[in-house]
Amino acid sequence: MTDLTKTPEKTTFTSPGRTRDHYTVVKAKHPGRWVSAAIIAVFAVLMARSVATNPRFGWETVGLYLREVSIVQGIAVTLELTAVCMAIGIVLGVVVAVLRLSPNPVVRTAAFAYVNFFRGTPVLVQLLFWYNLAALYPTVSFGIPGVALDANAIITPMFAAILGLGLNQGAYMSEIVRAGILSVDHGQVEAAGALGINKLQTMRRIVLPQAMRVIIPPTGNETIGMLKTTALVSVISVPELLYSSQIIYARNFQTIPLLMVASIWYIVVTSILSIGQYYLERRFAKGGQRNLPLTPLQKLTLFFNTHDRLARKGGKL
Amino acid sequence: MTAAENTTVRAAPMVRADGIVKNYGKLNVLDGLDLEVDAGEVVCLIGPSGSGKSTFLRCINHLEGIDGGRMWVDGKAMGYDIKGTRLHEQKESRICRSRTGIGMVFQHFNLFPHMTVLENLVEAPRLVLGEKKSVVVQRALELLEKVGLAEKAGAFPRQLSGGQQQRVAIARALCMQPKLMLFDEPTSALDPELVGDVLKVMKDLALSGMTMVVVTHEMNFARDVADRVVFMADGRIVEQGPARYVITNPQHERTKAFLSSVR
Repeated sequence: MTDLTKTPEKTTFTSPGRTRDHYTVVKAKHPGRWVSAAIIAVFAVLMARSVATNPRFGWETVGLYLREVSIVQGIAVTLELTAVCMAIGIVLGVVVAVLRLSPNPVVRTAAFAYVNFFRGTPVLVQLLFWYNLAALYPTVSFGIPGVALDANAIITPMFAAILGLGLNQGAYMSEIVRAGILSVDHGQVEAAGALGINKLQTMRRIVLPQAMRVIIPPTGNETIGMLKTTALVSVISVPELLYSSQIIYARNFQTIPLLMVASIWYIVVTSILSIGQYYLERRFAKGGQRNLPLTPLQKLTLFFNTHDRLARKGGKL
Repeated sequence: MTAAENTTVRAAPMVRADGIVKNYGKLNVLDGLDLEVDAGEVVCLIGPSGSGKSTFLRCINHLEGIDGGRMWVDGKAMGYDIKGTRLHEQKESRICRSRTGIGMVFQHFNLFPHMTVLENLVEAPRLVLGEKKSVVVQRALELLEKVGLAEKAGAFPRQLSGGQQQRVAIARALCMQPKLMLFDEPTSALDPELVGDVLKVMKDLALSGMTMVVVTHEMNFARDVADRVVFMADGRIVEQGPARYVITNPQHERTKAFLSSVR
């Protein structure tokens, strides 16, 4: 056994017999954080008090109409429009993105012209344009002789809304999909080609699944944006959420409470969509990271399943 | 490979390149290159960077189009058909079918990162050859066993080291049961201690009788495994012959200069 009082003759791994002073670590103070938090708290209280005490918010009226039948039907129309227009937008977006990357200059230019037209004009103008299509083409024949359909009968407000929002969304989605396709390493296409996989299958099986990681997050944003953009079709009298609220306040003049009703529902639905987006992004991160971080739900379960109370509080009692 | 197959392909070599010309704009990368590779032969292409080795390799399976000359793989015209005095580029489906017989391994592996190792191997035989899943999975697992990665079948490429990824890439190419394997600097992107495992897999493959064309900077591999070493410079073949001559006792000045610079 080594005698610690003697000077060691060989190298040792621990320094023997050395006493150490014990210091307590004191973290830096951040008075600025307290001040900013206090200011924000004061403003929050003032705002909350104003919202609660201003009778013109009409909270009883809000409560009364929150689950009104026509409002709920309006939400259904809003969701339906969002889903249909996003579906059209995504399909169109993928097709146009592939066309824009085509080696054929005519195809490429046509795809660019489509994107440029629909991104270059306001959606509101496009919606009014589709709504009034009958003024431009009173009868629609699709180029087939003997067919003469009344444009006014075909272009219902709902159809005009779907056309306007869907085509517009297709232009934006094509840019997102194009960025996604370009983000995939060209070596992937070469590897697939060398294995004898043709271009179409390479796009479908190799490139697009990898592009998803880049495409999904902005598409989630676009979906949430679309949900709110559907409010625009109130101008062509499609009975979605905003228009349903407008019909009611046109009758009873409770403008602010009914706008509050619409806003509350918009926030509720977009919040739900955000949660969906989070999980969708995780799913398509497959193979991108070695280990995925925990979801908030997993963190919560872990928190409540921790038996060791010390571990939960970071080692302090 | 049976003796009968050997005699049939002796008449037509596995690869026959006849005066291949390739330009990038004004830059002449391949300047009338002739090369024949027999079935079962292992050919290493060496030479300074920019000499056209990789470009030539990529012309063999038509990843690069050519601007002149002719290419045959396994007795069939690759990429182009002669009509009169013109070379007509073949349809995509034709090219894809020819490529099923040619495996290729890249410097940067190019595994499909969204698929597991097993899915990487199974994808092309299922999609292109339309083989039954059970048959392909069985073969894929055997190949993974052969490259020493049987236990990694369920892993994603990013969870593997570079050397492991490259061995998966070799197995992926072999899963198509090709007659010819092309290697484009397969060990250049690897950490030095991982190179050995990949070279061992390639050596085993060479011993099993596979026809291989390998672009490499591994002079030891070329000396030990290659039947023939081809030294290229400026888009032409400067010197070629058995490894023991070209590497150990080079004749041409450029070969000597190159070999002394890599040693």
